[in-house]
Amino acid sequence: MIRSDVLKTLIPLISDELVVTNIGLPSQEMHLLDDQPTNFYMLGTMGLASSIGLGLAMAQPKKVIAIDGDGSVLMNLGTLPTIANNQVPNFILLIIDNGSYGSTGDQTTYAGMRTSLAEVARACGCDHVVECAAEDTAAAVEAALGAEQTTVIVSKCESGNIKVPVIELDPVMIKERFMASVAD
Amino acid sequence: MSVNDVIMDAMIENNVGFVTTVPCKQLAGVIEKIEQSDKMIHVPSNREDEGMGLCAGAFMGGRRPAIIMQNTAIGVTINSLATLIQYYRIPLPMLISYRGEIGEPVACQVEMAVHTKALLDQLCIPTYHFHKEEDADELPAILNHAYMARKPVAVLMDASFWKGY
Repeated sequence: MIRSDVLKTLIPLISDELVVTNIGLPSQEMHLLDDQPTNFYMLGTMGLASSIGLGLAMAQPKKVIAIDGDGSVLMNLGTLPTIANNQVPNFILLIIDNGSYGSTGDQTTYAGMRTSLAEVARACGCDHVVECAAEDTAAAVEAALGAEQTTVIVSKCESGNIKVPVIELDPVMIKERFMASVAD
Repeated sequence: MSVNDVIMDAMIENNVGFVTTVPCKQLAGVIEKIEQSDKMIHVPSNREDEGMGLCAGAFMGGRRPAIIMQNTAIGVTINSLATLIQYYRIPLPMLISYRGEIGEPVACQVEMAVHTKALLDQLCIPTYHFHKEEDADELPAILNHAYMARKPVAVLMDASFWKGY
């Protein structure tokens, strides 16, 4: 399974949840597969999906799922200790770990080599870290949605991309409709 | 009243509900007060661009954010300011210790000080420079201005303002 296959399996679970999606293909694929006002698409700023998700989860009580990539987490590795030391009951960080920089030509990341992001997350102090195969991701997300704890899920999937259009939505519109969903 | 209390009161008056900080010696007093306050969530961040992500999320969650940082961080936050804070129109007061100005003992700090205002100007970020203690009286209006305009706003607080290190 590649990332878009994993995302497809998640849609029945997360369609109505607050979801923050990482720059590039993860946002574009979510936008193509299931555009929702409850999705916050990042159009830039690689690395900050998990930080935006954590800030959102800390500020209000609804569940928040940040869908990030291994390359982006490596770019903002400081996010893991921040998540570990500010654990809230409503935050899920889902790292789709395909071991590559998918949006830029599938160059291998260090997570695709010797580095285990699940082990890094545990070492940072995250109490609930799940590493799973791509096909088990939906079950892991469902369990995390049912639990009142910060969960970090590392979904190991294959590298590869589907053809998707860029997101043409205006960033302020993405933000405004997302904020209306948060406040609803 | 100490400048730390003036800064705290300005934030409370403006309903600031989420503050992320990366420390600086000059900011130690105000960071301690933020940590002790029950009126705002305090999240120390490891880098200021991470902090801006946290602030963007907190704003969308209904809390007024602010970031407390040193001016050296302007160098690592330009992309976050341009593509997240400005692009999505998220209000973000940046309370910045302005190292490298008159009274600075560390020569290297001057190297970023000489670029600080130019970079903020290039980003079209409204910038206010606190040099004397009474300059802080304007802080409540500056915070209000940032939230009204939905923009990042920089407040540079130099060594004279802090009365040394």
